[in-house]
Amino acid sequence: MMLPTGQWSDRVMALVVWAIALMVVGVFFWIVADLVRHGVEHLSWQFLTDSPRDAGRAGGIGPILVSTLLILAVCLAVSVPIGLATAILLAEFARADGWLGRSIRRSLDVLAGVPSIVFGLFGNALFSIYLGMGFSILSGGLTLACMVLPLLIRSAEEGLLAVPDDYRKAGAALGLSRSAMLWRILLPAATPGLVVGLILSTSRALAETAALLFTSGYVDRMPESLFDSGRSLSIHIYDLAMNVPGGEGRAYATAIVLLGLLITINILTFWIADRWLGGRITR
Amino acid sequence: MLLNNCEQSVSRRPSGTDRWLERILRLAGILAGAIVVLIVLFLVIEAWPALQTVGLTRFFSDPSWHPAGGPEQGRFNLTPMLVGTLLATAGAIAVAAPLGVACALFTRFYAPRRIGQVHHRVLELLAGIPSVVYGFWGLVVLAPLIAKLQPPGQSLLAAIVILAIMILPTVALLSEAALRSVPQAHLQAAHAMGFSRLGVIFGAALPAARGGIVTAVLLATGRAIGETMALLMVAGNVVQVPHSVFDPVRTMTANIALELGYAMDHHRSALFVSGLMLMLMIIVLVGLSEWMGRSWSRG
Repeated sequence: MMLPTGQWSDRVMALVVWAIALMVVGVFFWIVADLVRHGVEHLSWQFLTDSPRDAGRAGGIGPILVSTLLILAVCLAVSVPIGLATAILLAEFARADGWLGRSIRRSLDVLAGVPSIVFGLFGNALFSIYLGMGFSILSGGLTLACMVLPLLIRSAEEGLLAVPDDYRKAGAALGLSRSAMLWRILLPAATPGLVVGLILSTSRALAETAALLFTSGYVDRMPESLFDSGRSLSIHIYDLAMNVPGGEGRAYATAIVLLGLLITINILTFWIADRWLGGRITR
Repeated sequence: MLLNNCEQSVSRRPSGTDRWLERILRLAGILAGAIVVLIVLFLVIEAWPALQTVGLTRFFSDPSWHPAGGPEQGRFNLTPMLVGTLLATAGAIAVAAPLGVACALFTRFYAPRRIGQVHHRVLELLAGIPSVVYGFWGLVVLAPLIAKLQPPGQSLLAAIVILAIMILPTVALLSEAALRSVPQAHLQAAHAMGFSRLGVIFGAALPAARGGIVTAVLLATGRAIGETMALLMVAGNVVQVPHSVFDPVRTMTANIALELGYAMDHHRSALFVSGLMLMLMIIVLVGLSEWMGRSWSRG
């Protein structure tokens, strides 16, 4: 909403607000430009497929991409069914004021705020040590699954709540069973919300580092199974920047790859939300 | 309307499959809800040996942090890390809260429609940059800049700046949503009464949105307390209570990330004690924001 301007105090405020807004946009472009300027020379098809050599100073990120995708796959394979089922329970079954619905919601609110390093502690204690999975792609993926659940559930629930009530009434009037109604009517109609949730969770999982340090580990070899340790893109950036003198170039290039993936995903979410939902979730 | 209410209104008894479906959903829901309980449980179990033999007070009264020597010879003072976390968080909030609200005012009241949308998108993109990338940028760009002012560069100041950039989008996007939910009629009424733009903003829009804005700042505070990677990379990680903003500090989160890899026995357990402290702070913040949201939406 645009309001008319008045005296000088209005003008000063306008100037300050514009300056701050420009500064924030400036910082964004500063970060992106810096990454692109220093990293783009190292980017090539070989960089994406080669194995890292000399602690990552040379070579590429092939095995690291594979590990990242495997961790992501484990994370989604576990979190999507549980998240979807919980969202259906909260949106369609549990009464909003019921005891179960209320406690699940509250606990998810806290879960959404848990710091990622605490997820790391938890994942290390439960998956790596107590359940004996050690430092592995499996423990990393499971830890991330716990982390993305609140995000996934909220978007899926939004998607379900966006389905008009007439659909439910019509289904009930036709005598459809609940399961038939769910599979045939509600879930298809709620697909956009579910897809947005999936994409948001994917980007959260890709961006995560601290929760993976002590669950999926540092090993940068090509993983042979889910029980092998695997290094994610984010940990590769951290390791090259902090522990490998002369690793900055490859760290820049890896950061571009990670950021490129995330921005593509972000644009995809925006597009889907805009096209299908009229911006109900992103806004 | 809920799916089960629809069914009750046509009085149809649920079939066998339906009952199984509901059982499975309930199980999944309970599992999802139990994760937080499991997290607290495992933190307590792992922290217990240290809490028992070292005792809670020594985490604040010991002369230093040298936790490797066992419960007797070891020194377990977490205060420098706690101070580091609190200073970095307070500094970042002091910077990011006003700037974030200003960004929200910009998209809502000052920018032409198209520019406002672009600005909103940039904020979303900033919010999506991984913390390790912020940390890397802070390490190679920001810290050297600060080192020109006063070495070593990796410092409390670098931590505050990088953290402020990271939480600013949270404050801005949530405040913007709060401002958008203020009814247009309120603003038009204020304007019709002869208020200038500044008057409408400070007299009508911000007071009406204050609940949402405070919640936004609380959420950002939680994010700042829990941030690990960026601080690990820019704050310098020296265990000390800083005397100036140019001194390096170590936060609680960075401490865990640095030491869990080789920590044994009581050292490991002490790290879980600090994890438990972080968790308690987050629970208090979430409770606070829920309570504020409720009390303000009623008022």
